[in-house]
Amino acid sequence: MDSNRSGRRRFLERGAALAGLAVGAGLPASAQEGESAAREVKPKGPFIYGERSRFVTMARTNDYSKSVFQGMFGPRQNAPLQDVTGNITPAPLHFVRSHSTLPDTDPLKYRLLIHGMVDRPLSFSLDELKRLPSETRVHFLECQGNSSPGHHGHKKFEYATVQDLHGATSCSEWTGVPLSVLFKETGLQKGGNWLVSEGADAGRYTYTLPLAKALDDVMVVYGQNGEPVRPDQGYPVRLLVPGWEGPYSVKWLRQIKVVDQPYMAWDEAMQHSISRPDLGEKARWYHFEMPVKSLITRPSGGQTLPGKGFYEISGLAWSGAGLIRRVEVTTDGGKTWKDGKIQGPVHRKAHTRFTFPWTWDGGEAMIASRSTDERGDVQPSIEELSKHWGIPSQDSWEHADHAFHFNAIQRWRVTSDGSIHDAMFAS
Amino acid sequence: MRCSLPRLCVAVLMVAACVPGLAQRPYNLGSAPPPEEIKALDHVVGPAGKELPPGSGTAKEGATLFAQRCAACHGPNGTGGGMASRLVAGTPANAQNFKATEKSAISYYPYATIAWDYINRAMPANKPGSLSPDEVYALTAYLLFRNGIIQESDVMDAKSLPKVQMPNRNGFVPAVPVWPAPPKPSWY
Repeated sequence: MDSNRSGRRRFLERGAALAGLAVGAGLPASAQEGESAAREVKPKGPFIYGERSRFVTMARTNDYSKSVFQGMFGPRQNAPLQDVTGNITPAPLHFVRSHSTLPDTDPLKYRLLIHGMVDRPLSFSLDELKRLPSETRVHFLECQGNSSPGHHGHKKFEYATVQDLHGATSCSEWTGVPLSVLFKETGLQKGGNWLVSEGADAGRYTYTLPLAKALDDVMVVYGQNGEPVRPDQGYPVRLLVPGWEGPYSVKWLRQIKVVDQPYMAWDEAMQHSISRPDLGEKARWYHFEMPVKSLITRPSGGQTLPGKGFYEISGLAWSGAGLIRRVEVTTDGGKTWKDGKIQGPVHRKAHTRFTFPWTWDGGEAMIASRSTDERGDVQPSIEELSKHWGIPSQDSWEHADHAFHFNAIQRWRVTSDGSIHDAMFAS
Repeated sequence: MRCSLPRLCVAVLMVAACVPGLAQRPYNLGSAPPPEEIKALDHVVGPAGKELPPGSGTAKEGATLFAQRCAACHGPNGTGGGMASRLVAGTPANAQNFKATEKSAISYYPYATIAWDYINRAMPANKPGSLSPDEVYALTAYLLFRNGIIQESDVMDAKSLPKVQMPNRNGFVPAVPVWPAPPKPSWY
């Protein structure tokens, strides 16, 4: 009797699901099984969504340059990269930059509008996006102001950590639809060379992207590390622009308009422009790609070595140009460099873990890493960067506080008591 | 009568190729949005200003509005109030005069439309999207006037705003953003 009843219920449920699929009316199939069920029954109980050990405390921090506008401009937090292992940053620890308050989008009401210079303007539901051919790729996202000289506080923050200095980069496995697939559906009109992406946050965050890049490897993503993209990362859907400065990857993406020229949105054209002595009387804009970079995350600033002996040096390298080919490590302040071991598999435009065996003799040491990418670009020292950018002295860096795309080699000074300090500007 | 299958297929394909939306749409997902859905979202304004809506405003009207809606954060005259960046900085001699906190100053902008679009979409920060087109024109006019770029009586509307000659129009490199960009070293 019981088994009959459950059999009949199964049949009815299956029939309803099939009807939903066949007619295309009502709730889409995946919503019936996923989101709508979650709305009706909030699962509760131990172990149904795993929690970390109560002894684990690693967490995002508020950036110390936080503004009094935090309430209006949303969260601004750095990832604890000194504590994260491997290449993937757990989604709840991914760094956050936002420019207005976060939207709370109902996935069943979500639409992505693609319009402008297309043959057919189209509006996609979340379910339709998930039905399209998908790709899953590992990519970093980095704020273009990450590691800025201002964060180093000109030696004021002697105990600054990786999180304080470089915590505005993170790496995830992203799942979504390539924009090239969506543009096959809409068609593209001649002369449409750029696209304007806009978010659904209060300030309708907007950025313009060249179409050539969009067709190359840009995705509209809904999955992050196996889960739906988190609210602070753009739930339900964000743009992902691999290798380029973070703001191109517009969160809470709700529309893409194909246009004929860069639209000079304030954030891209003004806020993220930068003046530098080597540029003379002009300011630079539209930087696009993030440069080759690396840093030792362990041992690193703010940590203390308990005693002399063996330590595996571990760190991250990445480049907006593609693969990391080589990471060299020095433990004597740059007198000698030796190849670190790159941990595979290595992904393009992704955090790449490297390690290096080191035995600390208990004396003063200066440790640092230097990466090379597939294009052959080598991460510069602070002295080289100063020369390239026309910054004559250490003090002059104060005027370049917000020098975006700062990728100088990060030196850590190990003192004889084992404490480790930021030595970016140490001579 | 013989109608071979290959011939039929060719005929169907030829018809499909002539109908836009059939041949080129491999997955047939997504729906045509109703015009009002596009209209509700189609507000981004580019440098040519062709998307600017009807309406108008002057610096004089903008001054009153600025005091009510903007001055609390940007300072009584737009010269900065500690809470938010300055919007008035005079005409720039060059980009080097602009620190990170001054990139909101209107005289730094290469196009007046940037101010209109950003005020319209993101300001005031505690209630973005609450200003009418007339109010956005008036505030833009006020800021252009305070930066010495237009006259106090100049009327800003969809025609006049894109024509405003901005003093820093040629203050950026690259002059015209392009991609693929020419190869550059990593530190550039």
